[in-house]
Amino acid sequence: MTDFTPVASLIGGALIGLSAVLMLLAEGRIAGISGIASRLFPPYGDRAFPGRLAFIAGLVGAPLLYAAVTGASVVQTVSANLVLMVVAGLLVGFGSVWGSGCTSGHGVCGLARLSRRSFVATGVFMAAGFATVYVVRHVIGG
Amino acid sequence: MSILVNLGLGLLFGLGLIVSGMSNPAKVLNFLDLFGTFDPSLAFVMGGAVVVAFIGFRLVLVRDAPLMAPRFQLPTRSDIDARLIVGPALFGIGWGLGGFCPGPAFTALGLAAPGTLAFIPAMLAGMWAARALAERKV
Repeated sequence: MTDFTPVASLIGGALIGLSAVLMLLAEGRIAGISGIASRLFPPYGDRAFPGRLAFIAGLVGAPLLYAAVTGASVVQTVSANLVLMVVAGLLVGFGSVWGSGCTSGHGVCGLARLSRRSFVATGVFMAAGFATVYVVRHVIGG
Repeated sequence: MSILVNLGLGLLFGLGLIVSGMSNPAKVLNFLDLFGTFDPSLAFVMGGAVVVAFIGFRLVLVRDAPLMAPRFQLPTRSDIDARLIVGPALFGIGWGLGGFCPGPAFTALGLAAPGTLAFIPAMLAGMWAARALAERKV
């Protein structure tokens, strides 16, 4: 079980949205994590590599900032099934780039831009996520 | 300058993921578990993010250009092709298996859980493979 946290989740979501807005204001780009991360690999179509690496470094460093500000540490539960996590990682990495975006690029920025492609992509990955958890927890695990 | 701004934006984005609870795969998986231990928090995260971005994007796009680049670079495609179905379907399956999408996985790196350390290199390999395959086809 995890606790339902509507207020913290709304506030956190607003911070994510604010970061996306400031990214558009500063760099003129969409804050899509899969797009930013995948373009750390060649071929390079522009000179934005240092900025992309810095953004990812910010994500990695965020728990330190959180701990410094709140005094609390980040709580998480990650599956210890390493084979499952490797398969999950391959699917998430390949699928997000193949589909031109993930939860941030399609699910946040794309929906906010009312992009038809992002509505389709978000609907598909949500449906696939619901179906996968249903099968894992209630068909195989049930 | 661009490096500092991007670092700050990444920190802000990551802070949002942590405050919202989305850096915890267990919370994501419980959102996806409609018929079990359902936790609707993720819908509130997306709702908060989309509303802020919906309003903010419109305010920003009144400008002729962004602050640090010559012009806005926004996706322009509107066609629905097979890749737009296959990609998100594979992504959604992986998301449902591990509870990580790319952003939360990066915020989890420093905590160094074995599952995270298995996930991230595999994710990067998958991203690289998708880009390599896409480049080869065009």
